[in-house]
Amino acid sequence: MTIRLNGQAHALAEPLTVLALLRTLALPRTDVAVAVDGIVVPRSRWEDHLVRDGAEVDVVTAVQGG
Amino acid sequence: MLTTTDPSPLTVAGVPFTSRLFLGTGGVPSPAVLRRCLEMSGTELVTVSMRRVDPGAPSSILDVVREHGARLLPNTAGCRTAREAVLTANLAREALGTAWVKLEVVADDVTLLPDVVELLDAAETLVRESFTVLAYTNTDLVTARRLADVGCAAVMPLGSPIGSGLGVTDPRAIAAIAEAVAVPVVLDAGIGTASDAALAMELGCDAVLCATAITRAGDPPAMASAMAGAVRAGRTAYGAGRIPRRETSLASSPTTGLVGT
Repeated sequence: MTIRLNGQAHALAEPLTVLALLRTLALPRTDVAVAVDGIVVPRSRWEDHLVRDGAEVDVVTAVQGG
Repeated sequence: MLTTTDPSPLTVAGVPFTSRLFLGTGGVPSPAVLRRCLEMSGTELVTVSMRRVDPGAPSSILDVVREHGARLLPNTAGCRTAREAVLTANLAREALGTAWVKLEVVADDVTLLPDVVELLDAAETLVRESFTVLAYTNTDLVTARRLADVGCAAVMPLGSPIGSGLGVTDPRAIAAIAEAVAVPVVLDAGIGTASDAALAMELGCDAVLCATAITRAGDPPAMASAMAGAVRAGRTAYGAGRIPRRETSLASSPTTGLVGT
């Protein structure tokens, strides 16, 4: 299956939870937020929410700007 | 050194601020320079943008801001629609644990002018979702009042286009907004140098947000210090009751008892 994360395609063997996805891709887990298909997945749901085939995932953090 | 105590300290959404200078972080050359700017400015509110995580990015500026002790104000810079802004605000709240948001919805990426239709829509939604909204807007008084009416905690009219350094190009409009709007008015965008910040405060603004004028100055920490002084000077002058402008002169020295008369 394929997902897009931050605009880049990633091949996954099976659906992963948000938390597992962050770990697998070595992404930070503090000061970040995750949206799947345009909907924010709260941190409290990271261990439950499965990211499935075709999902568009955004992992964002604060940067300088504004 | 100004030591006058401000008789009516600034509060935004019930939170008190000693400093009336807020800082943007766009354009800061490094976290180390940011640290010095925060120190020299004395700011208590710093805005940051929300972007996709970049594994190759240098160290976070969040640590610098937190060490300084300022409150974080995530912004929705780059958003063009209410939908994007609302999503970004929600992502910011999740990521940083704050419900404060500087709402920016721009019409295009050339002028960077606010799209007031999308802005008002986003403001209403975010207030309903219990955000504390500080809204970047243009110099239209009616829009500023509408933003306050829908529940924004502060209204932030531009002095001139973002990053332009043109200062306050419509001082009468800014003064009118400061007079008419019940919530704090924060001059945001276009500040170029210290006198611009002082003028904004003299016009009745409650605070100034400055980014580019500091971060891209030749000596950012020095400019941060200058801005802090300018904001204090302008605020004190505003409260000191300036003289009116006159069409003709008024002698300041006695007109009697002159030698030789």
